[in-house]
Amino acid sequence: MIAHKEEIELMHKYLDGDLREEEEEELRKHLEFCEECQNHFHELKRTITLIQSSESVRAPSDFTNHVMSRLPKEKNGMKYKRWFKRHPIVTAAAIFFIFMLSGMFTQWNQDGELVVSKQENLIVQGDTVIVPEGVVVDDNLVVKNGNLIVKGTIDGDVTIINGKLIEEEAVSGESLMASVGEINGEINSVDRMFEWLWYQAKTLFEKVFSLE
Amino acid sequence: MEQIIREKIKQVKKGDQAAYSEIVDFYQHRIFQHCYRMLGNIHEAEDIAQEAFIRAYVNMDSFDESKKFSTWLYRIATNLTIDRIRKRKPDYFLDAEIKGSEGLNMYSQLSSSEPLPSEEVESIELQRYIHKEISELPPKYRSIMILRYLEEFSLQEISGILDIPLGTVKTRIHRGREALRKRLRHV
Ligand SMILES: [Zn+2]
Repeated sequence: MIAHKEEIELMHKYLDGDLREEEEEELRKHLEFCEECQNHFHELKRTITLIQSSESVRAPSDFTNHVMSRLPKEKNGMKYKRWFKRHPIVTAAAIFFIFMLSGMFTQWNQDGELVVSKQENLIVQGDTVIVPEGVVVDDNLVVKNGNLIVKGTIDGDVTIINGKLIEEEAVSGESLMASVGEINGEINSVDRMFEWLWYQAKTLFEKVFSLE
Repeated sequence: MEQIIREKIKQVKKGDQAAYSEIVDFYQHRIFQHCYRMLGNIHEAEDIAQEAFIRAYVNMDSFDESKKFSTWLYRIATNLTIDRIRKRKPDYFLDAEIKGSEGLNMYSQLSSSEPLPSEEVESIELQRYIHKEISELPPKYRSIMILRYLEEFSLQEISGILDIPLGTVKTRIHRGREALRKRLRHV
């Protein structure tokens, strides 16, 4: 074997796909007359086939669970957030319940006053909030217990609770009232208690999920 | 699949532990099998394979996402199995054994060196025997032979997994083949 060291080296290069054409020719010529090398080459190839037939095994069925149970504890926040995502209905119900407990119902019943989230440049006429012509509200606008007329522009979302967006022309006092302005965000009109709660829950939801 | 694994890795890095279970699911059989082939013992294989996944999780922050995750995972698993083997029994040197090889006296033709018919290697006993022979190779040769011929990685990939130069991989695979040739020639 020592005597045919070079040829054996070529055999290994062949098995690794590293043999150049002229080397392959060299090996082929040698193998034609050298039985010792023929035999060696055959044994090497046979060895590979035998290795590849070695038995195969699969991980036990509870493998993943075992690994997961041995991992260090994760941070708490993540766990809750994932739980919320997996159980949206339970989460909604829980939020609803929290609002009930926190006195939302009574608040709703008692609080009939007109509330606007932003007063600046807006006109309040009785139970109606007016965004005058030329005024641009660049934020979200919430009107509670009142109606809204938009003559100017609102870039954010509009939420009207227990009221409505006046779109049709209507006479209020002496002036002609109508929303002819622009609302660039979403319009949410909430006029029942349940919807109000739902709206609150949804908002909270979005806050929870936008944490990511 | 590679893409899904990448996504899961991102989630794990953000702290989402549950996302890791899908990574474990995906690689468990390959890693377990690799450990079994390295260690030759089911219980040790399970222990070390679990340890490999836990190490990977704990060190996920240091995993370079531009690299292949499987390469990294195999490296962790291989290193753990080699550590285990070292603790078990003293190493012996394959190099000396190869140098002392004897002459050959069997006959064969180049044309007859095709792969064996499958029935010849079907018997479980033979499979066990082969497995035993592989698992008696010193770990540094064993890992390469297993990765190359049982897990079908390229030499370049093996160089990445074991973090050794390609030339070293080639030298070791030559020696590994010669050692197993001698062990298996009479089968
Ligand atoms: Zn020869």
